[in-house]
Amino acid sequence: MLTVFVGIVFAFLMLPLLVVFPISISSAAYLQFPPPGFSWQWYQRYLNDPGWIDATIRSVQAASLCTVLAMGLGVPLSFALVRSRRRWVRALDRLAAAPIIVPTIILSIALYGVFSRLQLIGAWYGVAVAHTVLALPFVVILTSAGLRTFDEAQEQAAAGLGASWFIAVWRITLPQLRPSLVSAAFLAFVSSFDELVLAMFLSGASMTLPKKMFDNIMMEVDPTIAAVSVLQILLVGVCLGLTALFGRGALATTISR
Amino acid sequence: MSSRVADARERLLLLLALPALVLLLGLFAFPVLRLLAMSVEGGSLEYFEKAALDGLYVSVLADSLRIASVVTGICLVLAYPVALWLSRAGRLGLALGLFALLLPFWTSVLVRTYAWMVLLGRNGVMNRMLRDWGLIDAPVMLLYNTSGVLIGMVHVLLPYMVFPIYAALLRVDPDLGRAAEGLGAPAWRAFTRITLPLSLPGVSAGCALVFVLSLGFFITPALLGGGRVIMISMLIEQQVREFLDWPFAAALSAVLLAVTLGIYALVGRFGGKSHLATP
Repeated sequence: MLTVFVGIVFAFLMLPLLVVFPISISSAAYLQFPPPGFSWQWYQRYLNDPGWIDATIRSVQAASLCTVLAMGLGVPLSFALVRSRRRWVRALDRLAAAPIIVPTIILSIALYGVFSRLQLIGAWYGVAVAHTVLALPFVVILTSAGLRTFDEAQEQAAAGLGASWFIAVWRITLPQLRPSLVSAAFLAFVSSFDELVLAMFLSGASMTLPKKMFDNIMMEVDPTIAAVSVLQILLVGVCLGLTALFGRGALATTISR
Repeated sequence: MSSRVADARERLLLLLALPALVLLLGLFAFPVLRLLAMSVEGGSLEYFEKAALDGLYVSVLADSLRIASVVTGICLVLAYPVALWLSRAGRLGLALGLFALLLPFWTSVLVRTYAWMVLLGRNGVMNRMLRDWGLIDAPVMLLYNTSGVLIGMVHVLLPYMVFPIYAALLRVDPDLGRAAEGLGAPAWRAFTRITLPLSLPGVSAGCALVFVLSLGFFITPALLGGGRVIMISMLIEQQVREFLDWPFAAALSAVLLAVTLGIYALVGRFGGKSHLATP
C-alpha cells in the first residue's frame, strides 16, 4: 500500500515534466491535447528567433559567471566555516545560510534599489553577481559536507614533507573533494540559469531566458515555450546524470545528512 | 598545537572567508537593511499603520498565511510516506526515487508552472481526461483559482519536505524497530511509538522550511492564480513597480521578514537546525 501511494506521488512529480514533450512536437498552433499531428515547428521557431537565442546566451553567460564566483568565494568560505574554532564562525554560518531563508522578493527589491543607483540594471554580470548570493549557500552546504569527512592529517603530512599549505590543499584536499565540488558547481549553475524573481527586477530590457519565458506565458501561450521547456528539462537531466557519474553520490549523501 | 601556530591558522581562515563576507555584507545584509530602514522613514510608523488598518492588506496577509499552512499540510501528508519508503528502499529504488525527486526539483519553477497551466486549463489535459471518462459534463475550474495555486505550490515544495524527513529517518536506528517487534509489538505500533517520534525533528524542520518558502512565493501564485489569488510577495512587487511606494513596500517586507524569522526561531528552539556548516 505504501508503495502504491509513493508511486502516485512520484507520478504527480513527473507528470508536468512529461506533458510538455508531446505539446512541443504538436502541429497545432494553440494548446491541444492530444496533439493532432507532428511537427518540429516550435523548435525551429525558437532557434530562428534572435530574441530567444539572445536570452539563452545571456542566461548561459550569467550562470557561468555565477558558478565561477560562487565556487571561488564559497569553497574558501567552507574551509573557514568547517575548520575555524573562533566564535565569529557561527555568526558567519548564519549569514551564509540567510539568503535561503529570506524571501527572494525582499532581496530582489532591496538589490533593485541599490543596482538602480549604480546603474547596473540590465547588465548580465549584475544579474550574475546577484545570483551568486543565492548560489553561495548551496556551494557551502555541499563543500563543507565533503570537507567534514576529509582527514586533515593528510594535509599535515604533505606540509611535513615540505609542501606549502596551498599546494597541499590544491594537490591533496581538493582532488578528494571533487564529488562535492562537481555537485556544488552544477547546483550553482542551474540555480542561476532557472532564477526568475531577481532577474525580473535586475535584467531590465535585456532579458534572461526565464524572464523571456515569463513574458511569453503572460502574453500568449504558444507551444514555443513547450519546446524551450523540453530543452531545459533535458539540460537538467543531463547535468543530473553527469553529477551522479562524477559526483559519486555527493548530492544524495548531503541530502541525507 | 602551540597558540602562535593556532593564531596564524585562524588568521588564514579569516582571510579565506573574507571575500565571501564582503559579498554577503555588500549585496545581501546592506541592501536588505537599507530597505527595512525605508519603512520607518521620517521616524514614523505610518506605513505599518497603513498596512495594519487597511482591510485589503490584512486579508492578503491572512490569505498568504492560510495558503502557506494548507501547502505545508498537504506536503507533509504526501512527503512522509515517500521519505519512509526511501529510507527502506534498496539501491535501485533509492536511485530511482532520488531521480524522481531531483529532476523536478532542479527543473525551472517556470517550466513546471507552465506545464500545470497545460494540465489544468479549461481545455487542458485533466479536464479532457475527466470528460472522456464520463466523470464530468462541464469543465472543472482548476486553474486561476486557489486550487490551481495549491497544486502548483505543492509540486514545487514537496522535495523540501521529503529531504529533511528522509534524513531524520536515516538517523533512526533500525534495530530499535526490530527490538520493538521482537518484544511483540505489531509493526504499526513499532512505527507509531518508535520511528515516528524519532523522526519528528525532520518533520518540524521540513514544515518550517516549506511554510517559510511558501509564504514568500511569487511566480506560481502570479501565474496559476490568474489575479484572483494575491499573496504578500505579489503585493510587495506591485507597490514597487506600479506605485513606486518604496516605504510601504519596505514596511510589507519587514512584516514578511519578521514572520519568516519568527517561525525559524520557534523551530530552532525545538531542536531544528537553521545553519549550514557547523554540525
